[in-house]
Amino acid sequence: MAELHVALEVNGEHREVDVEPRTLLVTMLREDLELTGTHVGCDTSQCGACTVHVDGRAVKSCTVLAAQADGTSVTTIEGLGQVGSLHPIQQAFWDKHGLQCGFCTPGMIMAAADLVARNPDPSEAEIRHAIAGNICRCTGYHNIVAAVREAAAVMRGAAASA
Amino acid sequence: MIPAAFEYTRASSLQDALGILASDEGAKVIAGGQSLLPLMKLRLAQPARLVDIGRLAELRGVRRLDDGRLSVGALTTYAELADSPAVRYGVVADALPGIGDVQVRNRGTVGGAVAHADPASDLPAALLALDAEVVVQSAAGSRTVPVDGFFQGAFTTALARDEILAAVILPAPRADAGSAYASLEQRASGYPIAGVAAVVVLGAGGLIEWAGVGVTGVSDHPYRAREVEAALVGTTGSPEAVAAAAALVVGDREVNADIHAGREYRAAMAVVHARRAIGAALARVR
Repeated sequence: MAELHVALEVNGEHREVDVEPRTLLVTMLREDLELTGTHVGCDTSQCGACTVHVDGRAVKSCTVLAAQADGTSVTTIEGLGQVGSLHPIQQAFWDKHGLQCGFCTPGMIMAAADLVARNPDPSEAEIRHAIAGNICRCTGYHNIVAAVREAAAVMRGAAASA
Repeated sequence: MIPAAFEYTRASSLQDALGILASDEGAKVIAGGQSLLPLMKLRLAQPARLVDIGRLAELRGVRRLDDGRLSVGALTTYAELADSPAVRYGVVADALPGIGDVQVRNRGTVGGAVAHADPASDLPAALLALDAEVVVQSAAGSRTVPVDGFFQGAFTTALARDEILAAVILPAPRADAGSAYASLEQRASGYPIAGVAAVVVLGAGGLIEWAGVGVTGVSDHPYRAREVEAALVGTTGSPEAVAAAAALVVGDREVNADIHAGREYRAAMAVVHARRAIGAALARVR
């Protein structure tokens, strides 16, 4: 199989990778670009641990070909915030205990970021609907929902004072 | 899980894609990939070549035709459909939030859902009830066919191997029509065990003048329940009339059975949700 040349923006940086056509976006992110913050959970489009943004929309990167992401702008959890300068959603997951083992967390946060970008003041029901494609197997969703509400409030405050 | 190896070609135009399909028997079209890629990862599908039509602007977007009908480009994602005038149809607005999840709706396309023809896909029921049409393109030209008859079996449609579904045409919205979708979802997958879409048009004296009823999840392909429609037309849509019509929703069709729902239960749920969908459609127009 001829390799494909994929050129895209990842977390604001231009990246180019040669991949087999069957390479999944998540595989390219983790193995070629060494961005292992994006997790592979079920690998069957159910669990949402692999959620990243492609051109500003949350997608499951285990169900997108790397070739399909050619020319797009991809944001992974590494692009959202850094240690010492966490994104408000990351900070809220920390403050509200929105995780236990943390495996689902990158995908959960990327799904939440997609929601808050579109709906700055989501209700509990809207949050639960928005993370329906993300599965947490530790403890449930109560603190995750609380974290997203908290983050949305913080982000609204920041927007209002900006 | 990694799909079996394949060649990948990104089509530069619809004509380019049609040319590849016509010349390569092993070629399969990919758009959003939300149905095809999971099948390929499970190796239930092993196409030799993927023709990626995902970037073709000519297949994207919802536009109003001169006669008021809506043309929904095949590449319109569920998320884009939810932000379009198509949600003026209650039946579309009802069905969309229950399809997949946010991530799937961000990539999954209307054309893909119709061409894939999953027996338990939600959207086909809505399209059947709306009496929508599909525009099918081949190298030889284009043809427009009713959605009713397009679905022929599980994962089987009237689409020929060298054709691409280009658009879905929805009828012009009308003030004297109401529509709704009601389904019993399998809790884990979200797929309907039984899903019923209903459209009713009220005529003079508040009598039902036209009805469209689409059913999914129940049989080997989504179908239009013309027996129910015929039983509704000419009635006032009283609860008794609706119940009598809804009872005809399965008829003598072969009903699916799986670990989530046996035949009898699924058929019973089809009747219940037919009643609910028709009732909700009537409530929206009264």
